[in-house]
Amino acid sequence: MAVRTIFYEEIVNQVANMCQEANFELGQDVIQAFQAALKKETSETGKDILEQLLLNADIARSERVPMCQDTGVSVFIVEVGQDCHISGGSLYDAINEGVKKGYEEGYLRHSIVDHPITREKSKGYNTPSIIHIELVPGEDLVIHMSAKGGGSENMSALKMLKPADGLDGIKDYILSIVAQAGPNACPPLVVGVGIGGNFERCAYLAKKSLFRPIGHRSERPEIAELEKELMGKINELGIGPQGMGGNTTALDVKIEIEPCHIAALPVAVNLNCHASRHKEVRI
Amino acid sequence: MSAIQITNPISEQELLKLKAGDRVLLSGTIYTARDAAHKRMFETLQKGEELPFDVAGQTIYYVGPTPAKPGAVIGSAGPTTSGRMDKYTPVLLDLGLKGMIGKGYRSEEVIESMKKNKAVYFAAIGGSGALIARTIQSVEVVAYEDLGPEAIYRLTIKNFPAVVIIDSKGNDWYKIGKQQFFEQNHVQGADC
Repeated sequence: MAVRTIFYEEIVNQVANMCQEANFELGQDVIQAFQAALKKETSETGKDILEQLLLNADIARSERVPMCQDTGVSVFIVEVGQDCHISGGSLYDAINEGVKKGYEEGYLRHSIVDHPITREKSKGYNTPSIIHIELVPGEDLVIHMSAKGGGSENMSALKMLKPADGLDGIKDYILSIVAQAGPNACPPLVVGVGIGGNFERCAYLAKKSLFRPIGHRSERPEIAELEKELMGKINELGIGPQGMGGNTTALDVKIEIEPCHIAALPVAVNLNCHASRHKEVRI
Repeated sequence: MSAIQITNPISEQELLKLKAGDRVLLSGTIYTARDAAHKRMFETLQKGEELPFDVAGQTIYYVGPTPAKPGAVIGSAGPTTSGRMDKYTPVLLDLGLKGMIGKGYRSEEVIESMKKNKAVYFAAIGGSGALIARTIQSVEVVAYEDLGPEAIYRLTIKNFPAVVIIDSKGNDWYKIGKQQFFEQNHVQGADC
């Protein structure tokens, strides 16, 4: 079987472009979710905030400026077709070079410190990024990119529940994390949840769920139901846009599940602020 | 509900009138500082040295803007999470800091210090950095230029939209606003 060649430079350019588009152009899924929320929100301040967020998205798109000053950590999930070959350098280097180029040339913020304790700023502009690779059949390279803000990431959490905590325990935990986050995670939120796997896999599942567009339900009927139920319960918490009170606390809830150990019930909640910036490209 | 016009530095009289939940439009002069600048200011004070600017009567905005595009005054400039500055805040309030603009919860220590020192905490809309940038008319570096977006800048603003979250009496709009809607949603529903 022939192996397809994908060139390093193409990856660099595509990634650079994605980084800018993600930051300048809010996805239609988020815009539609704002518009739908605006019709239902009863808080005057909440409505005002949603209107300002729509206006902000307009300004960002038309002036090609970032919608938020926290242009985020660039997080990638890359589906690498096992019949493709990357020529000219490593995939990791190509992605990081693309991020550096996209962020620097797009006047996006460099928000990475090299050392978490000394807080020394990294020398590569907004790199290194976080890169997850998934090996898949085929010869394509599919790059999913997210510009993930720090405020919502800081309010995310993971807990190893007991199997006896069951479904009620899972729901209570998710609601408690959203309630605790309050205004800090910049609601209205997209709530990403991982259930199962193990410690690190569960966190990854929560992150991965955030890459699904708003409104896309899980293919598993019982999980799709749980997503809808939690969405209702979260919006009854009263937190509202920016935590100032209202009925729009979440724009969506996404859940991914995986098998786990007989002794385990890991649950991870990865919060995304309303600036849910995701782009995808297939090479 | 119309917004209250406030000119910074804010007068004591105006400050005392502000109530949690009030919508405001801020104009005048404010200073920026976030994590790294706060840490440096805190360490400067611990060493018994003077701050690079006099915080008395002033307002600090917790922001780290994106780089300005050619010809622009500033890049996107929305608020960052205020809680990370809590550790460094009471000492600044004791020196007379009157206003803070950010987003998110403040600690009990900060709220107590705000009551004692008569200060106010505003929230700007997180994630509306492109919109807020339009209200910033000039930017001037004051100190710590090596920190880049985290340096201290003096901003001239006009009609910068914000909400009073914690007033000088310690009323907290995050608690009050949420409670109103929580109760509304849990009065009819007996589902939990």
